[in-house]
Amino acid sequence: MEEQGKGKIVRIAGPVVTAEGISPRMYDVVLVGDLSLMGEVIKLVGDRSIIQVYEDTSGIRPGEPVSNTGEPLQVQLGPGLLSSIYDGVQRPLPVLMEKEGDFVSRGLTAPGLDPTKKWQFTPKVKRGDELQGGMVIGEVPEGNLVHRVLLPPKVNGRVKSISEGAFTVVEPVGELENGHVLRMMQRWAVRTSRPYTEKLLPDIPLVTGQRVLDTLFPLAKGGTAAIPGGFGTGKTVTSQQLSKWSDAHIVVYVGCGERGNEMTEVLTSFPELEDPKTGKPLMGRTVLIANTSNMPVAAREASVYTGITIAEYYRDMGYDVSLMADSTSRWAEAMREISSRLEEMPGEEGYPAYLASRLSEFYERCGRVKTLSGPTGSISVIGAVSPSGGDFSEPVTQNTLRIVKVFWALDSKLRERRHFPAINWLTSYSLYSPTLEAWYSMNVAEDWSAVRLWAMETLQKESELQEIVQLLGSDALPEQEQLTLEVARMIREIFLQQSAYHPVDTYSPLKRQYEYMRAIRRFFDLAKKAVSLEVPLEKIKSLKCRTELGKLKFEESIDEDLKRMAGQMEREFSELGV
Amino acid sequence: MTKEYHTISQIAGPLVFVEKTEPVAYGELVTIALPDGTSKRGQVLDTSDEVVVVQVFEGTGGIDKASGVKFLGETLKMPVSKDMLGRILSGSGDPLDKGPPIIPEKRLEIIGAAINPYARDNPREFIQTGISSIDGMNTLVRGQKLPIFSGSGLPHNDIALQIARQAKTLGEREEFAVVFGAMGITSEEAQYFMKDFERTGALKRAVVFLNLADDPAIERLLTPKLALTTAEYLAFDLGMHVLVILTDLTNYCEALRQIGAAREEVPARRGYPGYMYTDLAGMYERAGRIKGKKGSITQFPILSMPGDDITHPIPDLTGYITEGQIVASRELHRKGIYPPVAVERSLSRLMGQGIGEGHTREDHRAVSDQLYAAYAEGRDLRGLVAIVGKEALSDRDRKFLDFAEAFEDRLVRQGSDEDRTIVQTLDLAWELLSALPVESLTKIDRKLIEKYHPSMKKK
Repeated sequence: MEEQGKGKIVRIAGPVVTAEGISPRMYDVVLVGDLSLMGEVIKLVGDRSIIQVYEDTSGIRPGEPVSNTGEPLQVQLGPGLLSSIYDGVQRPLPVLMEKEGDFVSRGLTAPGLDPTKKWQFTPKVKRGDELQGGMVIGEVPEGNLVHRVLLPPKVNGRVKSISEGAFTVVEPVGELENGHVLRMMQRWAVRTSRPYTEKLLPDIPLVTGQRVLDTLFPLAKGGTAAIPGGFGTGKTVTSQQLSKWSDAHIVVYVGCGERGNEMTEVLTSFPELEDPKTGKPLMGRTVLIANTSNMPVAAREASVYTGITIAEYYRDMGYDVSLMADSTSRWAEAMREISSRLEEMPGEEGYPAYLASRLSEFYERCGRVKTLSGPTGSISVIGAVSPSGGDFSEPVTQNTLRIVKVFWALDSKLRERRHFPAINWLTSYSLYSPTLEAWYSMNVAEDWSAVRLWAMETLQKESELQEIVQLLGSDALPEQEQLTLEVARMIREIFLQQSAYHPVDTYSPLKRQYEYMRAIRRFFDLAKKAVSLEVPLEKIKSLKCRTELGKLKFEESIDEDLKRMAGQMEREFSELGV
Repeated sequence: MTKEYHTISQIAGPLVFVEKTEPVAYGELVTIALPDGTSKRGQVLDTSDEVVVVQVFEGTGGIDKASGVKFLGETLKMPVSKDMLGRILSGSGDPLDKGPPIIPEKRLEIIGAAINPYARDNPREFIQTGISSIDGMNTLVRGQKLPIFSGSGLPHNDIALQIARQAKTLGEREEFAVVFGAMGITSEEAQYFMKDFERTGALKRAVVFLNLADDPAIERLLTPKLALTTAEYLAFDLGMHVLVILTDLTNYCEALRQIGAAREEVPARRGYPGYMYTDLAGMYERAGRIKGKKGSITQFPILSMPGDDITHPIPDLTGYITEGQIVASRELHRKGIYPPVAVERSLSRLMGQGIGEGHTREDHRAVSDQLYAAYAEGRDLRGLVAIVGKEALSDRDRKFLDFAEAFEDRLVRQGSDEDRTIVQTLDLAWELLSALPVESLTKIDRKLIEKYHPSMKKK
């Protein structure tokens, strides 16, 4: 990085440093003090620049030098991102550990992409081709997939030369006639979104294999979802399940203000995981960004932007990317902390007044798009929100809900009952269900939405009946309605509950979800007939198929079992005279 | 040569403003010489060419504008040594036990750098505390931070002491070293802890930091950092397994608020500073394990929830950083049940990694889930019974109601010196569960029921 000006520090208060004599632009990256700590200009007052420093400022004195790099905070994009583990400003954590040991000390830099590693580059354009920004110029095998090397968005021109072979990300692979040197690596400022041709409607679901999500509250590819929940509602486990199982090509996981030990679980469990589709390690299509709660607050603020920029880069190659931001509340918390250090006028609950616009800017960077290079790609964002005190009316949750289309309401009451995933079926919603209906009936089953609707209605009915039961006891209800309660219980316990730790139950394909729900519905129809023939409910409840239906989700042979159950149910009910 | 300045322009609360200094480093250590010949220590909170703001640890009482201020040219460092074991130190690290001064083997920054997340090792060794409601249902693992959320008048100190006494890992005989950091507790409470440490001989393997209720509030901001720096030294330099007990975090946060107010900062929720989350995280996150190192730090912070309100900013922010919480229940305490652990509100986020085959027993997860579910159902029925009476319940419901009662009375309740093994805890759980109809044990695999259910166990 070229230095564009040198100045000196005049004031230090925590992570906020004031400097003179560098005349930077807003958001330029500057190097602060003798240790060259990385910081970002966030305010200009007269000839003074206010700098937010990404690292601890202890020991820095007024009078120490400050130098301006003349560029905003950028990430390096190119082959080598996948399977990387970064901190919030794209410093690779394994490299930092090698350099300086187990603790993250200050002033250390390491490039986001390894400048020495060679990649096998195959050109996809030839001499004389006219290129537009964002077009694919070549391909490199990376991890489990093909990394399409893109021309930076603002560059155009005719190819003068291009060569095949093994190159590092910084070596030239060719040149345009206008003198632009082609490299595999490009830089992009994280706070600016990458351009695309047009936005498309999100009408394909992101399949997660989690029954309650796929069947009841689906998320579209390119959609936005929020998982709120107080601490301990299983938010982290749910978001990890999504990273592991969703059918996106690339997973970007941003641990923003996460717990160190949980981040470790992610960092150790991901490399062990196998991708269910390819059998290769899941890390081969994953980028992890880990900024634990005790790492510098300013880097935490930047981590979310670093994540989405990397996601946009893979989207531009035509891939489906899912980005998990865990948690956006910690991100907002970082904004609040920095804002209060800047002595800005606080908005609601001490959050800065620009909280809402920052959140919507971020979520707007996702979506399904036609890329500059032609194919479609998507970014689905799942943002975890941890409302303080479990209070959904607080500003971060409210501002998030105004933007996102899916709400997976994690519920601490359900957790207490060990109902996992603890997603409340009454308060959650998905605005994508209608747009996705066509896809489901074409790809899974014609009557998918009918079955889904039946389940939702039964659960809704249950909650109404529960109010009566609370007052009068379940015996006060007619048998038909007691049956509804029993079936709703089956939906809850058998279908909605899913164990993340059980090898079979952890992932449920769409077809199986459908068959399972249909089996429960069939049980209901048969039982309804039985009840109308005055078969006592107790007898129906103790049928073998009732118990077996609940247990077969843990069996390897579940798909055959479900087929077998159909016959068995008919038989057992016919013995009751149905 | 360090210069002495006599340019104090303002003294407000715990803060001293000094003018016309040479460049002073942020976080630099300061001594202030008082007119009466004594001296106080402080630290730089804000520095610029014009004015330097110093936070005085021992309170600003007695400082006048003519007092001499010296900047020591280094940030706060702490002497550490193996000989600290068995010692009782003040909240700012000076010996209180009339023993010799600590001869340092190393001097460490008390604001520890963050552990590189990539260098962390997964905490997965089960710690047996001997308390059924913790071992069975909110299992603790080595390297975890698990706070006790309590309220005034609840026996959280006894629980913490019982854990410190009984905690062990299976298979190894090695005991934990205990680092105890007390912030703003009364001398009576302090004595209670000290007596117990002496009675059980735990003091020999303990380092105690005492900041009592009448010690300066600002010193409380140092105490936990000193305790954790010591713990890191013992764990990662000397390879010991360290249990850190910090009490009471609420007093710590009060001190943080006091400083924030004195600096006229824009307050966040309930007057606490906006950076309280980061500040707390900087402490709690100093628990864990590091790849390739033998030692570990397990934290047990205790905090009393003002007004038993779990949504208060202190427990709320704590809960977002720690891996779960043990909540003390006033309801159980009133019923005379010790330890009053509200299992339905407690949680150990790392439990899954430390239980099951190879750690505790294969049925642990399922049994724990079943206990939770059955207890929740039993508790719900209590509400119903209050309206319709016990007679109106079905047979099944009555069994669940009785189960909830028996669960509290036999599994949760135990003596303060009763050390149950995990096998005893699980067997007791099976005994209680066997009072329920077998078909209602939906959280447990058929195979496990056949193997462990008392009435089905093959003889």
